[in-house]
Amino acid sequence: MRSLWSDLEPLLDQVQRPARYIGGEEGAGPAAHGPGKVAWLLCYPDSYEVGLPNQGLQILYEILNERSDAVAERAYAPWGDLEALMRRQDLPLFSVDNHLAAGEFDILAFNLSSELVYTNVLNLIDLAGVAVRAVDRSGGDLLVGAGGHCAFNPEPLADFVDFFVLGDGEEAVGEITEATAAHRGGGRREILGALAGLEGVYVPAAYAVSHSGFSTVVTPRWVEAPDIVEKRTIPSLGDWPYPKRQLVPLTEVVHDRLNVEVFRGCTRGCRFCQAGMITRPVRERPAEQVRTMVSEGLRRTGYDEVALTSLSTADFSGIEELVADVVGPEDGDGGAGCPAVTVSLPSLRVDAFTVGIAAELQRGRRTGLTFAPEAGSWRLRQVINKLISAEDLDAAVESAYSQGWRRVKLYFLVGLPTETDEDVLGIAALARRCVELGRRHVRGASVTVSVGGFVPKPQTPFQWFGQNTVEELRRKIALLADDLRADRSVKLKWHDPEATLVEGLASRGDRRLGAVIEDVWRSGGTFQEWSEHFDYQLWLDAMDRHGLSVEDCAYRHRSDSEALPWDHLSAGLHKDFLWQDWQDALASSGLEDCRWTPCYDCGACTGYGIEHVVASATPPAGGSQGTGQDLLQPGPVPVRLLATRQLAGVS
Amino acid sequence: MRVRLRWSKQGKIRFCGHRDAARIWERAVRRAGLPVAYSQGFSPRPRISFGLALATGQESVAEYLDVDLRASAEELYDWAAGMPERLSAVLPDGMAVSDACPLRPGAVSLQEAVTSCTWEFALTGTDTTPAAAWAEQVRSADSLPLQRERKGRTTTSDVRTAVGDLHILDVSVGGVLVAELGTKPRAVRPAEFLRLIAPPLAVGRVRRLHQWITRDGERYEPLAPEAGALAPGGDMLAAASIDAVPAAQQEVCA
Repeated sequence: MRSLWSDLEPLLDQVQRPARYIGGEEGAGPAAHGPGKVAWLLCYPDSYEVGLPNQGLQILYEILNERSDAVAERAYAPWGDLEALMRRQDLPLFSVDNHLAAGEFDILAFNLSSELVYTNVLNLIDLAGVAVRAVDRSGGDLLVGAGGHCAFNPEPLADFVDFFVLGDGEEAVGEITEATAAHRGGGRREILGALAGLEGVYVPAAYAVSHSGFSTVVTPRWVEAPDIVEKRTIPSLGDWPYPKRQLVPLTEVVHDRLNVEVFRGCTRGCRFCQAGMITRPVRERPAEQVRTMVSEGLRRTGYDEVALTSLSTADFSGIEELVADVVGPEDGDGGAGCPAVTVSLPSLRVDAFTVGIAAELQRGRRTGLTFAPEAGSWRLRQVINKLISAEDLDAAVESAYSQGWRRVKLYFLVGLPTETDEDVLGIAALARRCVELGRRHVRGASVTVSVGGFVPKPQTPFQWFGQNTVEELRRKIALLADDLRADRSVKLKWHDPEATLVEGLASRGDRRLGAVIEDVWRSGGTFQEWSEHFDYQLWLDAMDRHGLSVEDCAYRHRSDSEALPWDHLSAGLHKDFLWQDWQDALASSGLEDCRWTPCYDCGACTGYGIEHVVASATPPAGGSQGTGQDLLQPGPVPVRLLATRQLAGVS
Repeated sequence: MRVRLRWSKQGKIRFCGHRDAARIWERAVRRAGLPVAYSQGFSPRPRISFGLALATGQESVAEYLDVDLRASAEELYDWAAGMPERLSAVLPDGMAVSDACPLRPGAVSLQEAVTSCTWEFALTGTDTTPAAAWAEQVRSADSLPLQRERKGRTTTSDVRTAVGDLHILDVSVGGVLVAELGTKPRAVRPAEFLRLIAPPLAVGRVRRLHQWITRDGERYEPLAPEAGALAPGGDMLAAASIDAVPAAQQEVCA
């Protein structure tokens, strides 16, 4: 194996931010290749700055490198300036660890966390030196795999990717490694057949697709392939304390801090939220393990900031105590004379955010506080099942301002089902109310309102909803901007509605969308997540050329009789549960969090024989979804309780 | 109390910029467990003062920085003595600390004190004859006009006095051009130097070999006693003036 470093080095003097191509991060490698080992190239299909912090890839990178039969290196999308030089000199996609050509690996595996990276995936496969379409690859060509949230409707990429992994990858990567090693000599059909037989692995080539009316039906055509591919779920996060050696980049990246995942899964049941639907059940990491991962991590990396990550960190059992311990002793000294550790909680529900948490957080550096009411009225929040009351929001915002924050960020969606102009204007009213509360505590209190256009996602109750048109989203944003124009304490930011539409096309697209993605890529449309590179017209033209209509793909409401392109893939949720939840949404009827209330059989636990793992069956402040249910008299709660910290201390 | 370090940046890590290096240093002093002092305010940071920035892509065996420690004068010598090893162990590949000395209180900052740097330019052409001729041309020139752009305005200034000794070292492959370039009042950057009188040079890697403080016609390294560094065994308080440092000890850190 030859390192490409000597070829790359002269190019790095000519490109922007060359440090992103050198590797050498603390925690990296050494990736030792060897005969018989299955070599993985884990690739994030966007720039290094965005991709390096991705926890999913870092976890798999470590797990694979701990195995004796595997080795893993990392790659990221080279920025346009370097890519142009590479293509001119015929240099392929390379790993940043040992600077090996992609072709030296057995598997090129992508993390898919956003639909807008799809064209980059094609570009990287091409840059890796193999055929972009899976059907044109043969023999010992790279196997192209992908996982991550977008894998729950992978059909738009089905023509380009050999296999997808649904759900948690921790166990699946080991099984894929073993299957690849065992069938290495047997040809492509044999390897892919073996992969198709693995739990949680979807091999598109093993299925036939037929369209009839608006229905898309995907059925197995290989004997190894199951009718329905079920996602993978690790029953206990405590068994997987990864990353143990988080990578510390040598150059600036997003989320440049220690990240410790405190739980996976969320059952708040927000109907727009794909992550909350596909990652069930809730699996908390034991608090002691979190403490160890934080203290070891800070010591090893030299970071002074840690993010406690999850889909809703304030829901973690005993969060106040945990944050207090992480920030450090009361005297404000984080040890060795260092200031207190800064803790950031990236996903905060307002009904679980208390003045206690705020008081602990402010002892470190005050990082930004973002709350996500998502909708501007109680009625609409019932529709989307984000059941936080105006009082919850008031209390949370007041907690923040009273502890010295001068600005909070509020996140909203527009284009939600049943939304009226009144709901949209409710966003402005909420923002003004927050500023008013803030002024009681701090001078110059302000609010940043960030508005995203709603994209209906597969495997959620809103998968049947026809997304708002670009024009409608524009109109609503203008309505809001107009209403807030005179208000200097409220800053409004919004996501480009055109990009929202393209996300929507890819989110619920079927296999026919592959031709559109390929077309956009061939027309030069890469890095579509970057507003300066996003090119709406390329997408519209490509849709036209391939005879697909935006109306049918994104704007149309789907019916319950329609077979959806992802019906052969399962996140455990029963389709009739999702449909019922959609009907409840339209009736503005909320649903409790099943972590603290009896099971309503969505399918995620019962189907896989697993259950919630939480340290406390008591809901945090704010109760369960504000539904006013009597939580003092809970029914049988289907959770597995972790040993409490006190008990652990006794033993 | 302040300690001055000499460190190097070579190999792949040369592609990290000045700001990247600053972040790497902040994490390194924490990982090394040094009792580093922090700035006040909303966002306390370790108190580290960097010297002249090194451009992204350039190497150096003579970078310097000053770090403030919360330690008594007596402890300071021990901390300083252990720093090359402690810090090199936690710095990434290609970065290492070669020396560290406590600094006399009130010593002039690196930015202010350093007057010139010695640079090495790897010549990638096979024939060094034109380079040697060019060096001679620069050496004997009465004036060296340099066009520079700043804030959208192009100015021309004579940098003759800022370009000091330069010579070609013949080594087996290609050759190496070594030149001393002044930093006052405005530094002549390596890239600017290479534009002087249209040189026939193919230059590869650029490396900083030395930083110099010139005072009263004498040249000192920033870790020399004359620059404020205190030799081991010196009495911090007695050392309020450099004359108090015994001559025999002055060489230890130099």
